[in-house]
Amino acid sequence: MQEKVLMKGNEALAEAAILAGCRHYFGYPITPQTEVAAYMSKKMPKIGGVFLQAESEIAAINMVYGVAATGKRAMTSSSSPGIALKCEGISYLAGSDLPALIVNVQRGGPGLGGIQPSQSDYFLATRGPGHGDFHVIVLAPASVQEMADMTLKGFELADKYRMPCMLLADGTMGQMMEPVVLPDPVELDNTPKDWAVTGTECKREHHIVNSLYLAPKKLEDVNLERYERYKKIEEEECLWEEFMMEDAEICIVSCGITARVSRNAILEARKQGIKVGMIRPITLWPFPKKPLLAAADKVKSFISVELNMGQMKEDVELAIRCKKPVYGCTRVGGMITTVDDILASIKEAEKGEE
Amino acid sequence: MAVVFDKPKSLTDNVLHYCPGCTHGIVHRLVAEVIDELGIEGRTIGIAPVGCSVMAYDYFTVDMVEAAHGRAPAVATGVKRSDPSKIVFTYQGDGDLASIGMCETVHSAVRGENITIIFINNAIYGMTGGQMAPTSLPGQVTQTSPYGRNTETQGFPIRVCELLSELDGPAYLERVTVNNVKNVRNAKKAIKKAFQNQIDGKGFSLVEVLSSCPTNWGMTPQKALEWIDEKMIPYYPLGVYRDKDGENNG
Repeated sequence: MQEKVLMKGNEALAEAAILAGCRHYFGYPITPQTEVAAYMSKKMPKIGGVFLQAESEIAAINMVYGVAATGKRAMTSSSSPGIALKCEGISYLAGSDLPALIVNVQRGGPGLGGIQPSQSDYFLATRGPGHGDFHVIVLAPASVQEMADMTLKGFELADKYRMPCMLLADGTMGQMMEPVVLPDPVELDNTPKDWAVTGTECKREHHIVNSLYLAPKKLEDVNLERYERYKKIEEEECLWEEFMMEDAEICIVSCGITARVSRNAILEARKQGIKVGMIRPITLWPFPKKPLLAAADKVKSFISVELNMGQMKEDVELAIRCKKPVYGCTRVGGMITTVDDILASIKEAEKGEE
Repeated sequence: MAVVFDKPKSLTDNVLHYCPGCTHGIVHRLVAEVIDELGIEGRTIGIAPVGCSVMAYDYFTVDMVEAAHGRAPAVATGVKRSDPSKIVFTYQGDGDLASIGMCETVHSAVRGENITIIFINNAIYGMTGGQMAPTSLPGQVTQTSPYGRNTETQGFPIRVCELLSELDGPAYLERVTVNNVKNVRNAKKAIKKAFQNQIDGKGFSLVEVLSSCPTNWGMTPQKALEWIDEKMIPYYPLGVYRDKDGENNG
């Protein structure tokens, strides 16, 4: 157990990646995640790791693809417009069944957007960021502690299921400082993977890392196999946190910074006699449908609190099979929902107003 | 009886899918012979491109990675940085290397990345059926320059070796061709040097091979080889454009 330190979210995740055994980081500067690259550039050379500032986000994700093909832990980080560029490479990672960690410290969009916090890459992340049928595991930290913990978790899940994992943080998580207990260093099993390109040593058949299948039946089969894996992930890997749900009549659904603000709004609402609780999804894909569906039988309504125009709200409606109304409480452009914003939505939901 | 001709160990038994008269087969063979002769088969990792040689991973017996279009030098960078004791090469065509992947090409050269690039320049997009390439010659008729490449609207061909020779990064740049026996022998020497450089830790080595595409050029294989002499070499002079060893310069 390490001691408690005060760290910025971006630095905590960078250090956690190193503790997770990642020795290959490829990045490209973009606000608000540049501290990750800066941290790695200082640290990696001292521990025999690789920091490389790539010529573009596209090159960075393809360098990650190269390291991942050799069976080692690799990561890149960026922010929304940069993540859009990485989508090509993420699709190839998924299509070649390669593990990797992609960090997205989200800023406002679309286009160049802004540099203030946002959660508007929810669709991009949860619907498979790139072309083709695939998913990435999406983790949404809501504290600097979780920035560190989820980084470890992300590498573990990526390795376990041989697929890319995205740490989807909003800009606030990257920029804010909080006390954090860093994880203990992970001892990795360095036995070469039975699929990785490590050189045949003329002792085995060659390994091919590839996503091209020109025969339709073969391509269908690899997609079906992948979706069997996804099904297992949906059954076994959903993470969420419940807050004051025991007697709740209104259920807030929120992740990241808005979940933090929602906690305060819930406490305030309860002072005013309104029983509000929260289900905070920690994995956004797989989305914690089961606890939401269970809650749908108990609560009057849901409120999806998020920093986008209501992207997660659609998943909430799907999860509860539209059994109860779902209200939206959203701010965009880098504006962050306030306790008052959320209280107003709670009162709206309480009255049952459309 | 003495064996005078044999299949290189580093080539698989798979039947090449290339068109009759295409020079990809020759270059594959040269690469495999070099890998055999240098004794590096067991520690070589190849990166296949998108283009006619997209299935190169089926033809070499070494470990192979398929890259996205143009990204082979970035993927090779990752593989090499993961384990610098491995010998990493990319095999790329002109659309892959000089159009969509130009950024990755230039920057891997800038970094002096210790990798070997085999660059097939046949002045056309072969796999997609004969469209204009960044290296198509002025006036060259292709599916997307049906009236001939108009340099006023479609720009000029890129001379990759010359362009990269302006950078400090590369260790070795040479343009060769494989349109006759003598040229094939020279091409093999260049390819061998490009791999040897990597073994010696000298850095970025690229061999550009002027190649033929009889199918999409609409020529017989023989005529296509002559076209390399008549049209391509005048625009793309053969020779060494960079050699940090100081040998063969100029």
